[in-house]
Amino acid sequence: MVKEIERAGIPVVHICTVTPISMTVGANRIVPAIAIPHPLGNPELPADEEYELRRKLVDKALEALSTEVDDQTIFEV
Amino acid sequence: MSKFKVVHYINQFFGQVGGEEMAHIPAEKREGPVGPGLAFTKNFGDDAEIVATIVCGDSWFNENLELATETVLDMVKEESPDLFIAGPAFNAGRYGVACGTICDAVQTELGIPVLTGMYVENPGADMFRTKVLIVSTADSAAGMRRAVPAMAKLALKLVKGERIGASVEEGYIPDGVRRNFFDKKRGSTRALEMLLKKIAGEPFETEYPMPTFDRVPPMPAITDMTKATIAIVTSGGIVPKGNPDRIESSSASKYGSYNIEGVDDLTSETYETAHGGHDPVYANEDADRVIPVDVLRQYEKEGKIGKLHDWFYSTVGNGTAVASSKKYAAEIAEKLISYDVDAVVLTST
Repeated sequence: MVKEIERAGIPVVHICTVTPISMTVGANRIVPAIAIPHPLGNPELPADEEYELRRKLVDKALEALSTEVDDQTIFEV
Repeated sequence: MSKFKVVHYINQFFGQVGGEEMAHIPAEKREGPVGPGLAFTKNFGDDAEIVATIVCGDSWFNENLELATETVLDMVKEESPDLFIAGPAFNAGRYGVACGTICDAVQTELGIPVLTGMYVENPGADMFRTKVLIVSTADSAAGMRRAVPAMAKLALKLVKGERIGASVEEGYIPDGVRRNFFDKKRGSTRALEMLLKKIAGEPFETEYPMPTFDRVPPMPAITDMTKATIAIVTSGGIVPKGNPDRIESSSASKYGSYNIEGVDDLTSETYETAHGGHDPVYANEDADRVIPVDVLRQYEKEGKIGKLHDWFYSTVGNGTAVASSKKYAAEIAEKLISYDVDAVVLTST
């Protein structure tokens, strides 16, 4: 899905936990996530800290979208 | 003659520990065969036996790739086996990645033959086909009865050091290694036969398929995020509560488009996940954990992004065929372009 949308001309950032899959599939901008069932959250954290965690991941995703890349790039949080 | 010693790796489901709710369990070692190992044992006859089975949760392995590989590797080492088998994983993505990862590690570190099995569209197949032998299986456990004999046969050849034939003969996913043999007919004859079949519109099989490198060049970056419209797309199956489009929990036959105008936060009362490939509890409690509507809405209000697109698009990426995903995404892309969306945040579970 990442590739088809990017093929249509829209930059995509892929937020996912198993980044090797994302690399194999061919995503160009990748942000590693927290866990498979909750990529942008952590149920063990209190709500405000969890929100803060999600905010950081989204910040990184927006940074990835604002960064020119020539090749597949993983943006570590 | 003593039997060859085999260690078998399986996930929590085939280890009969439990389903998705147990996918977080770390690796554990058990004596003898478990689950599909019993079928392997039958097929091995007097030649080989499973001395130990390693059972491991799919999520645990994938979320802790390095630690998991090391842990399982140590467990295998303790048994000093002659052969290592993982799976078959069919079309279970995390399981396939785990099988490929651990087979690769065992082969490299312990220098013993390894074998796994999976469906050709399993992401683990693309990742590891050139590194480890992967028997091509059906996409679901219904294919177990065919997969096990094929794997057992090839496994015994491997452990006995016998010559491995071409992928079409042995049933493994092409690994990119050419295996030479003398054909009865010479090349020109075979080529003409193929040509005649092609002209007659009959099916024929090329001896040299062209490799497919399907890569999309990266699109230019967003220069001014404060003016950009950002859309959310997910394979994590987030849907309005009640799943109005009845998106299937696996092998999804459709995607949904859902309006989030005025929605600041996804709650357990309003949204849930249709995904059947992982424990849904966390996404059902708070779907923002899968699609960050709350944060992006906040950023829209703060002016950090121009706009959060009024719709999000969702399907279930669980055993869903690559061809289906391509089709859904192409349709979604058309919609995104018609709405002048500048960039996409795509999340996967």
